[in-house]
Amino acid sequence: MNRMLIRGARVVFPHLGLDRCADVLFEAGQVLALDPEAGRCQDAEVVDGRGHWLIPGLTDLAVRVREPGQSHKADIRSEATAALLNGITRIVCPPDTAPPVDSTAVVELILRRAREARGAQLHLVGALTRGLGEEALSEMGALRAAGCVGVGLVGRSLNNNYVLRRALQYAASLDLTVYLQPCDAPLAAGGVAHEGKVSTLQGLPGIPELAETLALARDLMLIEDTGVRAHLGRLSCARSVAMVIEAKRRGLRVSCDVAMPNVFLNENDVLPFRAAARLDPPLRTAADRDALREGLRSGAIDCLCSDHQPHDPDAGLAPFPAVEPGASGLDSFLGLGLKLIEEGVLDLPTWLERAALAPRRVLGLPMPGLEAGAAPDFVLFDPDAQAPLLRERMHSRGRNTPFANWMLSGSVRLAAIADRIYLRS
Amino acid sequence: MNRSLQLDPQGRLRHLLTLEGLPRALLLELLDTAESMRHVALRGNKKLPVLRGRTVLNLFFEASTRTRTTFQLAAERLSADVINLDVAASSTSKGESLLDTLATLEAMHCDMFVVRHPDSGAAHFIAEHSAPQVAVLNAGDGRHAHPTQALLDAYTIRRHKPDFASLRVAIVGDVLHSRVARSELLAFGILGVGEIRVIGPKTLVPDVLEDFGVRIYTDMDAGLQDVDVVIMLRLQRERMRGALLPSESEYFRRYGLSAQRLTRAKPDCIVMHPGPMNRGVEIASEVADGPQSVILEQVSNGLAIRMAVMSHILGPAREDAA
Repeated sequence: MNRMLIRGARVVFPHLGLDRCADVLFEAGQVLALDPEAGRCQDAEVVDGRGHWLIPGLTDLAVRVREPGQSHKADIRSEATAALLNGITRIVCPPDTAPPVDSTAVVELILRRAREARGAQLHLVGALTRGLGEEALSEMGALRAAGCVGVGLVGRSLNNNYVLRRALQYAASLDLTVYLQPCDAPLAAGGVAHEGKVSTLQGLPGIPELAETLALARDLMLIEDTGVRAHLGRLSCARSVAMVIEAKRRGLRVSCDVAMPNVFLNENDVLPFRAAARLDPPLRTAADRDALREGLRSGAIDCLCSDHQPHDPDAGLAPFPAVEPGASGLDSFLGLGLKLIEEGVLDLPTWLERAALAPRRVLGLPMPGLEAGAAPDFVLFDPDAQAPLLRERMHSRGRNTPFANWMLSGSVRLAAIADRIYLRS
Repeated sequence: MNRSLQLDPQGRLRHLLTLEGLPRALLLELLDTAESMRHVALRGNKKLPVLRGRTVLNLFFEASTRTRTTFQLAAERLSADVINLDVAASSTSKGESLLDTLATLEAMHCDMFVVRHPDSGAAHFIAEHSAPQVAVLNAGDGRHAHPTQALLDAYTIRRHKPDFASLRVAIVGDVLHSRVARSELLAFGILGVGEIRVIGPKTLVPDVLEDFGVRIYTDMDAGLQDVDVVIMLRLQRERMRGALLPSESEYFRRYGLSAQRLTRAKPDCIVMHPGPMNRGVEIASEVADGPQSVILEQVSNGLAIRMAVMSHILGPAREDAA
C-alpha cells in the first residue's frame, strides 16, 4: 500500500499531550512521521484533514459478532468491518458464542476468521467456566495461550459461590483479568424491563435493581478475597456506581463500564412496548441514567461500550416480552459519544479516555502512538457532519437500535489499525 | 403514543388496547351505551343490526371459554358474523409465526380481532402489525390490560353506587399478575373514584402502586374497613410454585373473604369477582352466593359492555343502538 499523508487535521491524543493541527504520514503497518517531516513527503496519497479530528481508534469492550452459532444474525466479517467503518479499531467479544469460547478450537476459529476479515482488531474473552456453566473451570491457561485477553462470564453471574471463588483464585494465579457482568440469575429470571413504575403499570415482568447490586456486592467480596484483577461490565444503576467507587477506594483492582443505551435512555423509553428498547441490563430510572453520566464524568466508570448485540429482523417481531434483548450499537457509538460532548456531560479528552484509552488499559494494551514506527491505530472523522441514524444505512447486519432516526454527528473518513486502512472515497 | 394508536383524530376508538390515556367522557359514553344495550338483552328480539355484514374474529392464544363466549355473544347480538380461533400459544411463541397467523386471518377480511394472549403488549403488537381496516379489541394480554373487564366492573359499580367520587374501593389479592387489577386501577382513576385500596401480601402487591395514589394494606381486616366495594381477584394456583405464597389455606386465612370479614366493610358493600372463582381460596361460598355479591350480575353486564365497545368501534358513527 502507498504512503498516505493526512494534512491539517486536528490531532487529539490526550495521553501524548497532543491537541493541535498536524500532518501525519503513514503506511500500512507503521506511522512514518508526524509533522514537520511528514509535510515534506512528496510521493504520498494526500488526505485533506482540514476540519477533521484525528483521534486514537475507539475500543469497544462488548461486541457480539454472533459467530460461531448465530450467523443468521451477524458474522465476524460483517461486524469487524462495521466496527472499523464506524471508527472502532478494536472490539472485544464476550465468550457467549455457540459453542462458547471455552476451548482453544473455538478461540482459534474466531481469531482466524477475524484475521481474514481484515476489519477492526478482534480481542476475545474466554469463558471462565466450562460451557459458562456452574460446575467446572475452563482451561484458562490454554485459552490465554491461544490468544484470549482474559476470561469471564456474560449476561449473568454464577449462582455457585464455591465455583466462582475457585475460578477467581485460579485466574488470579495466572494473572488473568476476569470480565464479569453482575446479574443474579434467579432474581432476574423472567424479567423483561426494570422493576419499577413503568413495568408495574404495563404489566411487564420486572428485573429488580437488586439483581445487579446483590451480584455486584458478592462479586466485589470475592474479588477482594481472591485479589484477582476484574472488569465489571454493563453497570446499569446508581447504586452500582457507588459500590464500585467504594471498592476502588478500598484498593480493589477493579474497573467497570456502562453500555451506551443506559447513558441516554431510561425506563420510560420502553413505552409503548418498543421492541428496540428491550435491553439487558434493562433501562432503569432517569436518576440511574444521570448517575451513570456522572460516573463517566468523574471516572468512577472507566469505560463506555456499545454492548453491541445485532439481531435478525424476526428477533424483534414479537410482543415485547418475547423480543430477543439487546441493541445493535456499533453504528451509533461514535455519534452518541460526540453527543455526550455536545450535551456537556464529557469533554473531548474525557470521552477519548472512556471510549478509547481506558479500554486499552483494561485489555493490557499499550497506548496508541504517533511516533515513527508506531503501529497505526487512529481514526479521522468530520465532527460537524450530521446525519440521522437510518436503519438501512447501518453497517452492522443488526438494525435493531433504539436510536433510529436520531440526528448524530461524526462521519468517519479514515480508520487505520495496524496494516488495515479504511478510507472513504 | 397509546392514544394515537387507539384513538382516531375525532377521539373515537380505532382499537381498544388499554384504558390508559382515555378521556373520562369516553368512558362515561361507553357506560351509557352499555346501559341501553342492557335493555336490549331484556326484550324478546335480542338482536340489533349495528354490525350486520361485519365479521369479528375471536383470536385466543390463551384458553378461556367463558371470556370468548361473552365476546361471541356480544358480537352476535349486534348481528356480526363471528369466527372463533384458538391458537396454542406454543405454536406462536416466535413473532414470525404470529405475524404469519395475522396475515392469514387478514386475508379473510375480518373487521375486528378480539385478542387474548399470554404476553403483555401483545394487543399493541397485533394492532401495529395488522391492516389498518382491522380493529383490535384487547381481551386480555399477559399482565398488562383487560379493558372490557374493568369497564364492566365500573359499570356494575355505577348501577349500585352512582357517585364514584364518594366511593372507597378495595381490590384484594394477586395484583402483581393481574391485568384485571391494572385496568381497574386505570378505570377508577379516570372515573374519579374517591379512594382506591389494594390489599395483599407484599409478594403479590407492588410497592410502587403507592406512587399512583393507591393505598396499600397488607392486613385484610384493616383494608376492608368501611369500604363500599370489594373486588376479589382470582388466585392462580401456580403462584405457590413461585415461592410467592406458602399455601392456599394460609392465603384464605389471611386474605380470603369470609362473611365475618365482610362485616368490616360498609353494610351495603358490594362484592365483586372477575371469575372464575376459587371457592375457599380467595372467597367463601357464603359470600360468593350471598346477598352482597354482584358476581353474576357482572357476567351479564359484561355482555352489555362488550356490545357497547364493539358498536362504538365498528358501528355507524355516533348512532347509539337502542
